Amino acid sequence: MARRRVWRENKGNLMCLAVPGRIISMKKGSAEVDFSGIKRAVSLDLVPAAKKGDYVLVHAGFAIQLLDPGEAVKTLELFKGIFSEGPGDAPQAPAAGKP
Amino acid sequence: MKTAARGRFSSPLWRDRALAASALSEIARLAPSAAAKTGGRVNFMEVCGTHTMAIAASGMRGLLPKELRMLSGPGCPVCVTSQGDIDRVLALAAIPGIIITTFGDMLKVKGSKGLDLHSARERGADVRVVYSPLDAVALAAAEPEREVVFIGVGFETTAPVIGGAVVRAKKLGLKNFSSTAFFKLVPPALELLLSDPENKIHGFMLPGHVSAIIGTGPYRFVAEKYRVPCVVTGFEPLDILAGINMLLKQVISGKPRVEDEYFRAVRQDGNPAALKLMREVFSVSAASWRAIGAVKNTGLVFSGAYASFDAVKRFKIKYAEAPEPKGCLCGKILLGKALPSDCRLFGKACTPSNAVGPCMVSSEGACAAWVKYGG
Repeated sequence: MARRRVWRENKGNLMCLAVPGRIISMKKGSAEVDFSGIKRAVSLDLVPAAKKGDYVLVHAGFAIQLLDPGEAVKTLELFKGIFSEGPGDAPQAPAAGKP
Repeated sequence: MKTAARGRFSSPLWRDRALAASALSEIARLAPSAAAKTGGRVNFMEVCGTHTMAIAASGMRGLLPKELRMLSGPGCPVCVTSQGDIDRVLALAAIPGIIITTFGDMLKVKGSKGLDLHSARERGADVRVVYSPLDAVALAAAEPEREVVFIGVGFETTAPVIGGAVVRAKKLGLKNFSSTAFFKLVPPALELLLSDPENKIHGFMLPGHVSAIIGTGPYRFVAEKYRVPCVVTGFEPLDILAGINMLLKQVISGKPRVEDEYFRAVRQDGNPAALKLMREVFSVSAASWRAIGAVKNTGLVFSGAYASFDAVKRFKIKYAEAPEPKGCLCGKILLGKALPSDCRLFGKACTPSNAVGPCMVSSEGACAAWVKYGG
């Protein structure tokens, strides 16, 4: 438990850390984002398409990307595929190398 | 709504013990076949400092098979900042009347004369830690008679955020806000590693949040030109285990490509709005890397339209090459050529409370991760 606590305390300092949250209200390029109970003002300047109810990845006061809940569920299923069905029949993540 | 947010992106499912156990046994099963392909040992590099910390904090390093070694790469922003640039930060802090704003990680990085921002503060400098560069812009608006300087260092994750703050300052007409632009770019850093004839990296765990901005396209050369497997990976323990698993499979198949494990956040074309802003505010330029020196086209500086926000120009701060701390292996560690335990200073002369090199100072540094959680 102590280890996990140290990790949490450190998170505030990590420079490339980004945290997922959900937009609960918006006004003029700024949003109030809920991080599992903690609410903070976040700039939406870098994700102009974001709207209320969307999940966003937040880094240093800016939302830097929209998060896709459907893809999150797919990722969890991918884990189950890779790790619990054994060799050979694991589904693949989408290849990203081709345009 | 709160439960939904937790359930999708931060739920215990992302760190499920049973799945992690089977992930580890699958990795143990694959590792010998991968090692047979690479000549005895498989070296994967996690490029991002946040991955270094996540790997260390989860304790998985000690559970990985002996054939597999995870190396920390040049992805800790503070660690890759050259000694000369650290000296420039300290020169800014020494100017009377200036307010220095920074992320906390920079506070204890020592300049070549052994001083850091923390000790500058003890000598009377006004140094303030902020969560966001927007806090620094707000401070400049609130104190128009003071010069406010933000210490901008980092990679493609942080550059658009600081660019966004600079755009905000311009819109507000603030004349007393400026920032450093000591930014580095990840794809050219990978090319630096790969073009080294001594390079022994068999796969890259690519940084999730840099990739959220730049997308997956800029890494294609790694797989196509250098034939090295790549997986863009998220930061939960299962993400990392899945990333390792996918890298091992690529090594075994002998077909390197760029895979995206973190597709809930990373799209092929990244974040076009952030890229556009980054291109507007900054332009690609040479950057000075710790232990490597200045390398063309590996960093960002302010573009012409935003040159007036460049703190280095505004206060005419010169650059001088400065030596690394004596005996410090940080530079080699960043290149994957040494482990923290190879350094004679590690854990003896160099500890978190009295750090010699930036890899121990930064909370994302490899040495800090090793000393805190064990190697």
